Amino acid sequence: MSVLILIDHADGHIKKASFEALTYGADIAQQNGMAAEALLLGTVTDDLATLGKYGVTKVHQAGNTAFNQLDVQVYLKAITEAVNATGATIIVLAHNQTGKALAPGISAALKAGLVAGAIALPDTSNGFVVKKAVFSGKAFANVNINTAIKVISLSPNSYKVTVGQGIATVQELNLTPLPASIKITAVDKVSGDVPLTEADIVVSAGRGLKGPENWGMVEELAKTLHAATACSRPVADSHWRPHHEHVGQTGVQIAPNLYIAIGISGAIQHLAGVNRSKTIVVINKDAEAPFFKAADYGIVGDAFEIVPKLTEEIKKMHNA
Amino acid sequence: MRILVCISKTPDTTSKIVFKDGNTKFDETGVQWIINPYDEWYALVKAIELKEKDPAATIHLITVGSADCEPIIRKALALGGDEAIRINSDSTDSYFIASQIAAIAQAGNYDIIFTGKETIDYNGSSIGGMVAALVNKPYISLAASFALNENTATIIREIEGGEETCELSLPAVISCQKGMAEQRIPNMRGIMAARTKPLKVVEPVAAEALTSIVSFELPVAKAGVKLVAADNVAELVRLLHEEAKAI
Ligand SMILES: Cc1cc2nc3c(=O)[nH]c(=O)nc-3n(C[C@H](O)[C@H](O)[C@H](O)COP(=O)(O)OP(=O)(O)OC[C@H]3O[C@@H](n4cnc5c(N)ncnc54)[C@H](O)[C@@H]3O)c2cc1C
Repeated sequence: MSVLILIDHADGHIKKASFEALTYGADIAQQNGMAAEALLLGTVTDDLATLGKYGVTKVHQAGNTAFNQLDVQVYLKAITEAVNATGATIIVLAHNQTGKALAPGISAALKAGLVAGAIALPDTSNGFVVKKAVFSGKAFANVNINTAIKVISLSPNSYKVTVGQGIATVQELNLTPLPASIKITAVDKVSGDVPLTEADIVVSAGRGLKGPENWGMVEELAKTLHAATACSRPVADSHWRPHHEHVGQTGVQIAPNLYIAIGISGAIQHLAGVNRSKTIVVINKDAEAPFFKAADYGIVGDAFEIVPKLTEEIKKMHNA
Repeated sequence: MRILVCISKTPDTTSKIVFKDGNTKFDETGVQWIINPYDEWYALVKAIELKEKDPAATIHLITVGSADCEPIIRKALALGGDEAIRINSDSTDSYFIASQIAAIAQAGNYDIIFTGKETIDYNGSSIGGMVAALVNKPYISLAASFALNENTATIIREIEGGEETCELSLPAVISCQKGMAEQRIPNMRGIMAARTKPLKVVEPVAAEALTSIVSFELPVAKAGVKLVAADNVAELVRLLHEEAKAI
């Protein structure tokens, strides 16, 4: 009986979403008197023993470099073998791109109930009930997992990472990868940018900015705050900004600590994707814009005047 | 080439979400139903594009849902599906639904199974991955582009902070998102033709529901916006720093 947390990594480093998953998994283990262990498929340069800080006692590593690329069929066989070898009954992973590719397959292969996109610890007072966002953020559902083995993917930015003192033992797990079912021929990363779903702060802009040539001030503000940039759907549809920046019900759903919306009206489909943000700031020249009803702070005014001033004031604060 | 497209019905994106029976059920009163946007805009239209290149291809639609799904299936047929299967069940458990699709997929010998990347109601992003595991086929999630050369598919998928190009041999299961194709509007000829296209109703195969929804909740409303004057941006920075502790 243990909680097994699957570690996601890229370019030799463990992803932020996995630290959240580790803390979350370790807290579930503590809640249920179980051991917390981690599973890493592939190789990283990070020191795995330090994962003990997040509450796991053991890290199982299948250090075959074939696992360094995400091939769902190869991963599923390895993960099911690892679950059997470790006797894990709860499998936790991040609900990021990798988790979305793997969690449903793990669930089906083990016939284990899945909650995809959990946002809180399970309530075990009556069953095993996990809360997740539904209707793209317009509501939440409390979902009971009916099976003995359980799979939970944790929504990014939903659970606070806590760091303690522990040191984990690292144990080699001998898993033979299946032949690859896919061939990865190119990887194209937007370097330097903060990934949107992991970002603590997101600066987002809409049609109020009039055209792509005006995004310089948005990027400048984002840079000053170490924030990721996002946009409303019509902005992406008009190719003012890349598609992966489109947030909302039919785009990316995010839950940053701070969301700054500039020249966005706050349509229901937009709000659905961002309303789990902890603090929302709205800058809009129309005092009647619906977004103000969903905001914590707002300025009614012209973005072209306010945004550069905001950047300047933040820089002043940083230098103070 | 045989293409299976998974279609789900979801509430229109403008729907106000309300629950009933002590917050245990979604209140469908007055709700307009649409084809889940990812299924329609990306999965189905991509299948139609493939058929436009290869007229021998056939597009099969599958939906798991009760009889009130039929208008959205007819719409999908009007857009360009050739025939449809409806599995008669209103389950919301992903594993149960995926088991139904997998049973049809096993028997139907499809080259490609397309799903949307997620539904905009239960947001499970699960069906494609579960079906792929159940039929033991390669799975690519979050595909933003799909090109076919003989039996080899070249797919661009989203990864954290970028994208990856992959190649694989069909058959495969692919979940589709923005970039795959562009939304289309059904034309009159399509709508007329859809009326007589085959829509078969099949009873579900035995499968367990691995999860069940206990209750729903609505988000807690915000306390109200604190407005700062446009000529006092410094005050906003102070509030964000000292009060919200967000910067
Ligand atoms: C099926 C469906 C799905 C959808 N999914 C999404 C989704 O996922 N995400 C999404 O974002 N939208 C989505 N939409 C679209 C949504 O309904 C809105 O149309 C869209 O969000 C509006 O984008 P916007 O706020 O940028 O533009 P607008 O609504 O045009 O708003 C522009 C705002 O900018 C303000 N403004 C103008 N000039 C200035 C200035 N100089 N300074 C400050 N403010 C200014 C205006 O007052 C206005 O409020 C969807 C729609 C449908 C039908």
